[in-house]
Amino acid sequence: MADNKGIMICGEAIEGKLAPITMELLGGGRGLASKLGEELSLVLLGSGLGDAGKEGIAYGADKVYTIDNPLLKDYQTDAYVAVMEKVVKQVAPSILLMGTTAMGRDLAPRLAFRLGTAVSMDCTSLDIDPNSKLLLQTRPVYGGNAKAIFVCEGSKPQMATVRSKAMDPIARDDSKKGEVKAIDAGLDPAALKWKVINTVKEAVTGIKLEDATVIICGGRGVGSAEGFKELEPLAKVLNAAIGATRPPCDNGWVSPTIQIGLTGKIVGPTLYIAVALSGSSQHLAGCSGAKNIVAINKDAEANIFKEARFGIVGDFKKIIPAFTAKVKELVS
Amino acid sequence: MPNMIVCVKQIADPEAPPGSFKVDEATKKVTPAAGVSQVVSPFDEQAVEAALKIKDAKGGKITVISLGSNFVMDVIKKPLSMGADELILLKDPAFEGGDSHATAYALAMAIKKVGQYDLIFCGRQAADWDAGQVGSGIAEILGIPSVTPVKKVEVDGNKVKIERVITDGYQVIEATTPVLVTVSNELGEPRYPKLKGIMAAAKKAPIEWSAADIGADKSKLGAAGARAKLMKLFVPVKEGKCEIIGGDSPEEAAVALALKLRETRLI
Repeated sequence: MADNKGIMICGEAIEGKLAPITMELLGGGRGLASKLGEELSLVLLGSGLGDAGKEGIAYGADKVYTIDNPLLKDYQTDAYVAVMEKVVKQVAPSILLMGTTAMGRDLAPRLAFRLGTAVSMDCTSLDIDPNSKLLLQTRPVYGGNAKAIFVCEGSKPQMATVRSKAMDPIARDDSKKGEVKAIDAGLDPAALKWKVINTVKEAVTGIKLEDATVIICGGRGVGSAEGFKELEPLAKVLNAAIGATRPPCDNGWVSPTIQIGLTGKIVGPTLYIAVALSGSSQHLAGCSGAKNIVAINKDAEANIFKEARFGIVGDFKKIIPAFTAKVKELVS
Repeated sequence: MPNMIVCVKQIADPEAPPGSFKVDEATKKVTPAAGVSQVVSPFDEQAVEAALKIKDAKGGKITVISLGSNFVMDVIKKPLSMGADELILLKDPAFEGGDSHATAYALAMAIKKVGQYDLIFCGRQAADWDAGQVGSGIAEILGIPSVTPVKKVEVDGNKVKIERVITDGYQVIEATTPVLVTVSNELGEPRYPKLKGIMAAAKKAPIEWSAADIGADKSKLGAAGARAKLMKLFVPVKEGKCEIIGGDSPEEAAVALALKLRETRLI
């Protein structure tokens, strides 16, 4: 254990391309690697990884391990845990990071238990303690009401999953050299205890929340599916994506895939227009990365005004049409 | 008929106003706020609901297990009033101060003592520490498969059909019992207890187990068994400088806001 060295990112590739969260982790990992004077490596599991390994080098990894196997096409707990257990034992990193994604949320805890170490889930910042050289893992707790800093003293690797948009990628440098090494998965198909028989994509029309620079988010106060329709003209004018807090999703007014919050999407747009939402901690956990929040709410005491840069106290049904018309005039 | 186990946690109401939330940085503990009630963690209630849906369709037995201290009986018995059959409370000073590891270990030992299980349900994360690890940890300790987070579970004999939530939709998964799932809010609202259920629950006494009862190794429990060390707990400082845009009418305020956003180059 004392010999564990280096920082390892367990990354993700989508159709042969590095996922944005992996680029962010490589950026953050690079900083930690310099503080420790150790190597930064990237592990990619999947089927048909293409040039994602080379991309990993360009985005800051010193070394990339690829495990390309048809059994790894879809994320599957048993397969991914078994392969990562093998890789971690072989490479023996001191720190292992992954994204707080559908993969990371499932893989990280089970792998940590398998390896006999601890993991901090959904960290928003990571640092190295100057004295102990241990990883300081900061994560929101109590739905974002508080933050906690954890360390893992007695076991290696020190593990954390990191929230999207919490770290910045470094500029791509295709001239950077590094080794991309293939590792054999060594998987027995019988080890996979469950299988995916179908994947259902719930198509979202328009711009994806993760990519949007402007987001309009509706809350419980929007009141109905029809209420959400009233936000659409504004979204069109601003080229914005529409999101929702948890109650509209749970009530079936909108698709659960547009939920922004602790248990939904984590977003970081330039402009976030919060409509008829109170600003619960649960929700703020998903939009605290927004650069500018504008709040529209009937209740002057609503918590969202504490987070906002600009606000209007009033009924969105009266405000949104007039606001949309003026914005349309200004941007045209 | 399936034997089901649901793990639940009693916590301070996460819907309480953020202003009521305080921590004591010296002891690294949350200060209990006056007037904030205790509840079953919301995802755990949905885990109970997932089990009840199976019981509605196929019958079976639901055993609820909770680890904690200072249980409020009316609160922790809610799964019973919703329709669960049995409640086991893990109470022992040895359990206190644990992390996800220590908690998963204690719950896994209790599940082993229960003995028979086809399905284990947990909430995707407790709404206090939001760690989201205990479910996977229990499955790893028991050596059974886990699927997280899920919004639908159906059982047919030893076959289990599960809908696992992913970023842009869901996967349909086929597993066989025994399997552990963690339940997410996409499952939908849990049922309200009916009067008959509340009356039946009032008559049921929970079973209480100590560390010794579940044959746990004390070095793996509570603070002794914790692998993650909490260095600091604090409430982040908010700037709170919102410029309120006014006007004689909502429409005027709306126009002023549009102009303001243009002026600050946000649109």
